[in-house]
Formats: sequence, C-alpha cells, structure tokens
Amino acid sequence: MALAFDEFGRPFIILREQDQKTRLRGIDAQKANIAAGKAVARILRSSLGPKGMDKMLQGPDGDVTISNDGATILEQMDVDNQIAKLMVELSRSQDYEIGDGTTGVVVMAGALLEQAERQLDRGIHPIRIAEGYEMASRVAVEHLERIAQKFEFDVNNYEPLVQTCMTTLSSKIVNRCKRSLAEIAVKAVLAVADLERRDVNLDLIKVEGKVGGKLEDTELIYGILVDKDMSHPQMPKQIEDAHIAILTCPFEPPKPKTKHKVDIDTVEKFETLRKQEQQYFDEMVQKCKDVGATLVICQWGFDDEANHLLMHRNLPAVRWVGGVELELIAIATGGRIVPRFQELTPEKLGKAGMVREKSFGTTKERMLYIEHCANSKAVTIFIRGGNKMMIEETKRSIHDALCVARNLIRNNSIVYGGGAAEITCSLAVDAAADKYPGVEQYAIRAFAEALDSVPMALAENSGLQPIETLSAVKSQQIKENIPFYGIDCNDVGTNDMREQNVFETLIGKQQQILLATQVVKMILKIDDVISNSEY
Amino acid sequence: MPIDKIFKDDASEEKGERARMASFIGAMAVADLVKSTLGPKGMDKILQSTGRGHSVTVTNDGATILKSLHIDNPAAKVLVDISKVQDDEVGDGTTSVVVLAGELLREAEKLVTSKIHPMTIIAGYRMAAECAREALLKRVMDNKENAEKFRSDLMKIAMTTLCSKILSQDKEHFAEMAVDAIFRLKGSTNLESIQIIKKPGGSLRDSFLDEGFILDKKIGIGQPKRIENAKILVANTAMDTDKVKIYGARVRVDSMTKVAEIEGAEKEKMKDKVNKILAHGINCFVNRQLIYNFPEELFADAGVLAIEHADFEGIERLGLVTGGEIASTFDNPESVKLGHCKLIEEIMIGEDKLIHFSGVAMGQACSIVLRGASHHVLDEAERSLHDALCVLSQTVNDSRVLLGGGWPEMVMAKEVDELARKTAGKKSHAIEAFSRALVAIPTTIADNAGLDSAELVAQLRAKHHNEGCNAGIDVISGAVGDMEERGIYEAFKVKQAVLLSATEAAEMILRVDEIITCAPRRREDRM
Repeated sequence: MALAFDEFGRPFIILREQDQKTRLRGIDAQKANIAAGKAVARILRSSLGPKGMDKMLQGPDGDVTISNDGATILEQMDVDNQIAKLMVELSRSQDYEIGDGTTGVVVMAGALLEQAERQLDRGIHPIRIAEGYEMASRVAVEHLERIAQKFEFDVNNYEPLVQTCMTTLSSKIVNRCKRSLAEIAVKAVLAVADLERRDVNLDLIKVEGKVGGKLEDTELIYGILVDKDMSHPQMPKQIEDAHIAILTCPFEPPKPKTKHKVDIDTVEKFETLRKQEQQYFDEMVQKCKDVGATLVICQWGFDDEANHLLMHRNLPAVRWVGGVELELIAIATGGRIVPRFQELTPEKLGKAGMVREKSFGTTKERMLYIEHCANSKAVTIFIRGGNKMMIEETKRSIHDALCVARNLIRNNSIVYGGGAAEITCSLAVDAAADKYPGVEQYAIRAFAEALDSVPMALAENSGLQPIETLSAVKSQQIKENIPFYGIDCNDVGTNDMREQNVFETLIGKQQQILLATQVVKMILKIDDVISNSEY
Repeated sequence: MPIDKIFKDDASEEKGERARMASFIGAMAVADLVKSTLGPKGMDKILQSTGRGHSVTVTNDGATILKSLHIDNPAAKVLVDISKVQDDEVGDGTTSVVVLAGELLREAEKLVTSKIHPMTIIAGYRMAAECAREALLKRVMDNKENAEKFRSDLMKIAMTTLCSKILSQDKEHFAEMAVDAIFRLKGSTNLESIQIIKKPGGSLRDSFLDEGFILDKKIGIGQPKRIENAKILVANTAMDTDKVKIYGARVRVDSMTKVAEIEGAEKEKMKDKVNKILAHGINCFVNRQLIYNFPEELFADAGVLAIEHADFEGIERLGLVTGGEIASTFDNPESVKLGHCKLIEEIMIGEDKLIHFSGVAMGQACSIVLRGASHHVLDEAERSLHDALCVLSQTVNDSRVLLGGGWPEMVMAKEVDELARKTAGKKSHAIEAFSRALVAIPTTIADNAGLDSAELVAQLRAKHHNEGCNAGIDVISGAVGDMEERGIYEAFKVKQAVLLSATEAAEMILRVDEIITCAPRRREDRM
C-alpha cells in the first residue's frame, strides 16, 4: 500500500481505514481486470452459435434455470467481481437495445481484452490501445454499413423475416420447431407493427406460457389470453359479440379515501343503511346492463351478492384481472378503462367477436380467450411445453426472435451471420491498420484479431477445426471479394451464408461492436482498484 | 492477482465433463429410485415426511414419490418436473416418463464417453423420437364410432392402469366404477365433478359409485331427515349476522334500550332474509357459509332442511348435479333457478352420517365412496383411482388406444432400429441408443416382476420381427403373450406424452455444459 509522508516523515492517512483495504495499481490493476473480464467471456463462449451448449444455473433459492441466452445466464450468475459486473451490464444493455446477440457481445469484449493484454505486455500504453480500438471500431462499423444489404419484405411476403428469426432461434433449445415459432413471432410482430412509422411496440405482444402439452402446440392468438376464469361457475363459458365493460372499480360498497364513520344509533338508520346497500349493488349492475355490456372485466373483486346479481342478470364477469392485462384488453377491444360506474357509456365499451373459456389438462386450469377484437393490434403468444424450464427458455427465445423481427422492421439492412460479418470486418480493419502511423496501428491489428475470435468460437462449438476452418473462409472471402462466407455450423455443406439464409440485423451487429469496444475502453482506462478486503 | 473471485463466496461452478457427469448421475439416481415401482408387479415406497407428526405415505405413484423428495441436484429437478407435468396433463405414466428419460441419459453417457458430441446425440434422439411417434401412430386403434367397443377399450385401459396399483385385486370393480363416472362427464375433462369420499372401514371391495351426490355434512337438528321431491336452493351468502358492508359503518348507541332495539332490527333483518329464502318454495337450503343457530331454527320451524358450511367445490358440484344456480340474493324468487332431486336422505357409511342426494336432474357429477382398511390404503386408492380417471377422461377426448405390456416400446424400438441402420453418420449411434433405452422399459417391467428379463425381452424382440404382432410381456403368467387377448390396453396420449417429454428432458440435460450454483440465500437469524 502506497503511503504518503508529510515533511516530518509521518505517514499520512489518505483513505479511511487504509490498512483494511486492498489496492491494485498500474499494470497489475489492468491485468487483474482483464483476467476477470476474460473469465466471464470464457463462460459464455461455449454457448455461442447454433451448436452452443446450455448452462444450468441454480439460483439462491434452489430454483433451476437452463438457458442459452447470454443475458439470462449473466443475470442469474450472481457475480461479485466489479469488472465481471461490467460485463453483465454490457450484455444487459445489448439485450435492452437490440434483444439479441447478448452472448456475442460478451465474447467479443472478452477477445478484445485478451488482445489488449498482449499489447500491454509489449509495453503499449493502455490509452493508446483504447484509442486504437476506437478507430478500429469506427472502421468496422463503416465497413458493415457498406456491405449491408437492403432486405425487402412486406406484409404479404414475410418469408425473409421468418428466415431471420429462424437464425436467431436456431441457437436455442427450441430449434426443433424453429420454423413454426419463427412464423409465430413474425406474424405477431406484423400484427402489431406500424409499418408507416416503422415502429413496433412490443408491449402489445403478450407472451403467456402454460406447462403441459408440447412445444408444437404453441399458438398465436389474435387477441388476449387472460389467466382467469368467470367469477361465477355457472356463467356462460362462451360469449359471442361481446361488449366489454372494463372497470377499475370494485363491485363493492364505496370506500371513500377520506376517513369517515357512519354512525348507527337508531333502528331507522340501520334499516335505511341496509336498504341503501342493497340498492347500491343493484344500481352498479344495472348501470353495466344499461350501457349494453355483455361482459364485465374488473380489476378488483366482487362481493358475493354482487356476483350473484351479475349472474342473475345474465352478465358474465371476470374479476381480479391484472393492470397490464386490463390495458391490453382495452387496447385490443378498443374500449376505455372506466374508473367509476357513473362514467360508463356505450362508447366506452370494448368489442370482441368471441370470448371463451378453455380448460387444460386434468387440473382445473382455465384460461379466458378474448378473440376477434375490434382492434386487432394486440396479440398473445401462448407457449406450451414439457416443463417449466422449457417454457421459460422458450419465452426468452421468442423474445429474442420478436426483437429481431422488430429491428428489421425499424431498419431493414442486414449483414450475413455465421461469423461472415466478423470475418469481413476483420479483413477491413486489418487493411486499414497499415494506413495509421504510430502505435495505434498495433492496437488496430489487435482489434482485427479479436474480431476473428467470434467465428473461431462458432467453429469450435460446432466441432470443426477452428483455425483451419477460419483461415479457409478468410482466404475464400479475400479471393472472391464476397463478404458472405461464414462458418458452416450446421454441416450443410456450403459456407455461403446467403444460401443458408443466415443473417443478422445491421444495427444489432454494429451495436455489438460499439458496445464491446466501449466497455473494453472503460476497463483499460482503470489503473487503480481500491476494494474493501475481507472484513 | 488470481481471478478466482468472480462469483460470490459460496457459489460454485462446474464445467464440461464434470458438469455433465453431475447431471447424468443425478438424473439417473432419480430414475433408479422410481424404477422399481414400474409395472404391475412394481413395489411401493414409504415416504416419511420431515414435518411434524412424521406422517407416512405409502405409494406406487411416481409423481407422488418424486414430489416429496428434497433434491439438490439440478438435473434431478428437471426429471421431477417432467413427472409433475405428466401428472397434470395426462395423469398416468409418471413413472415411465422418468425411467425413460433416465435410460436415455444412461445411453447418452456411454456415447459421450466414447467421444460423441452431445449435440450429435441430441440430433439422433430427435430423429429417433419422431420416428418412434410415427411408428406408434401407424399402429393405433380407434374405436370412437363403435360405442360398445369404445367402452370396452376404456375398461381395458382402466384395468391396465389400475393393475399396477394397490387396487389391482379389485381392478374390474374399480375399472367399472371409473368408466361409469367418466361417461357421466360427457366428454368434459373437469374431474372436479367426480367427488371422491374416503371413509375408513370395510374393505376396498365395498367401495361404490353413487349415481347421485353425497355431501359429507350432517343435517341440522330438528330438521327433516328425508325429503322426497326436494327443491334445493344452493346459496353462497352470510347467514350469521349479515353485517352492513358499507365501509366505516358502526353502531354507536347511548342506552341499553337502543342496543336492544338494534338487536331486534338485526334479528328482523335475518328473519326477513330467511323468509325471502323460504319464499322460493324450497324444502332444502344449502349454504356455503355458516348458518347461525337463529336462522337454523327458523328453517327448522319451516320444515326446511338447512345444510351449512359446504365447501366451495361441494357447492359448485351440487349446483352442477341439481341444476340449480348458486344464489347470493333472494329478492326475486321467481327467476332463481332451483335445483331438483328426487330424494334427500341421511345415510350411514361406517360410522359417519352423510347426506345423499339421489335422482338428480343432471347427472354430470357423481360421487365415488372409497372404503378401505386404513387411511394409507385409502389415500393410495384415491391416487390410483385419480390416475385411472385422468387417463380415461383424456382418452374420451382422444380415443386412440394402443396395446400395453411393453408392446408400444417394442414397436417403437423396432422402427427406431431400422432407422438407425438407414442413417449414415455418427447420429446412427444415438438412434440405436434410443432404441436400447426404449427396450429398457419392458426389461424393467419384467425385472420388477421377478422374471428373467433377458430371456423375455429376447423372445419379445424375435416375435416383433413379424409384422403386426401383438406380443407383450404378460407379467401374470410370466411369459410373452398376446396383449390383445389379455386385454392390456393403454391410451395413445399417455404414451406419446411419455415419449416426447422424456426426450425433451434428456435433451435439455444433455445440452448443459456448465453448472453454476449461486450461494444459497442466507436465512436471517432472528434469535
């Protein structure tokens, strides 16, 4: 621990409880940080690509997650190291921004760190390395822009979109029925997409899972699925042409927010109160009936009496529907959420062609389907699967596929996957390196080398000879000057990614490179780590 | 500086071979645990809970056994999970699914040690599972059109399911009961409308299916014990004090007389309510909530049978059988639908008095009364019967059936074997392994029955070489026999679910190459 001394030679205390803290400085700090970052990347490395393996994570409460999704693995991993946490953040921001490529970004960052370590050993200053990386990443991003291709599709011809989603899904456990899931994802996105504004609000797609059945039973419902049943067992289970009153007020006696007391001191008062109460329920139900509602969906509970009155008046009702679902129902059916009975009007009712209750399996699981809605802008993807873990993993995979489809609608430029984009970037960066005078040249070359590590990991995970395969593809790209050659992970026999239909979105790839570079720069700039040692 | 500190203190990480080994071993251990319960001669397990009382369960049901295990191995948890799902979805085959998954992993382990990549194994397993399903589909029988034959199919399925359970002695009796009950449901899979009442005493043979409905309640004192042509009002309403529900209301009085007055008013209110109920012209009133002494007395006065505190499902079921609606308000007697039944009477089963509704309007619900020597026997009987009911109700919807006794496994194994021979590449090893795993099921059935499994399975395989053979293992005679003659049938849906979920689970475990265990959450010490 470095100590400062004053002019009399007495030690200064700079940090509070200095002797209890460990401190790493200079090159040691960088080395330690790089090692930590690499360790995280190494964990994810084997999950990359269509033949990547899964990780089994046991949470603090003994719950088991099996996943292949980088962001999920890192999030559940419970890391303690600061740099490792940065990597977790990195993958998370890729997840938020793009939704896919969360593993790739971490592997990329790990490779960049590894290369940086070598440059440090050569005695190049970390800041110079960081600057070199920055330049290189710019070159790579520009290069990607150049080679990107426009990707044509429209609502009637969504086949290309399905192909892209299939690429994403092929690395997940669900790849057994990736075709149908990809179609579901694309149809869902197209259903809610605003093609003019090129925007997709993914909140309108609800992903609901239920254990049981098989993966093939997963379906897309043009409407809403609510995990609730009718409040009274004898209400009709199927309603056609439903007019839905969406309420956020309970079918219960009023509860003003201000404190109040109703004092009963005479028999008359008792009687009137009783009468009023009955009338109150009656009025509530009557109001719903008056505006022409044929189904009531309520966020709160019902009193037993109200429940029976509803039943009696032939007004089916659903209670305890969650806020998010309520909003979705409102959007889908074109209704308005009504906070008070007094404000119910016929215009505020939502309309749906069909509402039905469906039961599953041998248990009494029931769900409510709201279909053929007035405004079919909200859809539900209903996942079935052998067990809970499978469903959770499918949910994550579907989410990735949805994000990819959305990104393509936002920006329809694509680059080719299977490592093709990385290889061509690596070539471009390598070529650009020679033009830079100065130390940065080395850093830029290192960047090119790091880019190679992604296809390398892909080849490794697919059981191919990594170095041999990579060099073959590289030379092929240079010889024919075509940036479409990648690693043939699925053993199809060709490494032309156009033929294999393996692509990724341009923004996704760019984002990966930019984010990874940024984090690596940040890590390289740290030269002092002060941490509380064991206490 | 070493970087071994990425994770929190107690977290652990296992990689590659070690991780795979840990999950294989865990999964196989679980499979071996339930293995001995498979088949008609499978043994039972005693489960003792760690909770207070150390209650004991004796069972043969895979799902029940696995549910009560405390497992730490994550891969084993996957297996427990699939068995639970199998239970929820089809109700039977909970042991088979775990055993099959375990066998698949056992075979996979051998392949992994001979340096075949897990992904190749998975690809092979997938192909094999698809092929096996096709093979089953080719051989299914469907007798939906022929009602009589369909019924006999159901009977056979029920008997096959029951023969591995405690009820095997009286399986015909119980199968008859289960099939009758299922036919009453008319295609719905809601097993809640079949009520199972357990009463210790007597023997299993004394169990019976009741046409009507039995409510495990007593009739109030002074009320009629027998009502013919009953009109029943099923209600869910407070019959205690019937509070004013307006929030914040309270009684504030300044003298004793006023208290008395209000009490009087309250009573009056109750009386009103009772009168309103009586105005429906009923002679039986069933309420979900408590009925206080005062209204009970009023009902007794009016000669109405009042039953309090029926549980929620009881009410729903009663509504279903009698065709009445569940009422909570009583202002318009003319429009409330009342339930009807021919006769309500108190019956005695063993020492307990129960209320029996017979001659009900809609026969959708029914009751099964189980009798048996002890609680353990009854619990196990209920589980067995539940399994049978589940399978039957699923079969009613999907009427395809298969033969049992290891027949489907042999059929699948044969097809899968052929596929393996046709497939080029490393995958064929995995496909072959799949067929071996399938054969392990008849092997286990034979082993559990104390038969010479190697001999029997070899015979079976030879017989299955001929097209359209119906041979399976007949555990009773201890030889290979014609399953169709013996009447051993299974539901297609169950077999398919076993096949698919076992493959899925095996695949999931195979794909794992790293296990990361987080530090267990520390319990706060509140000492």
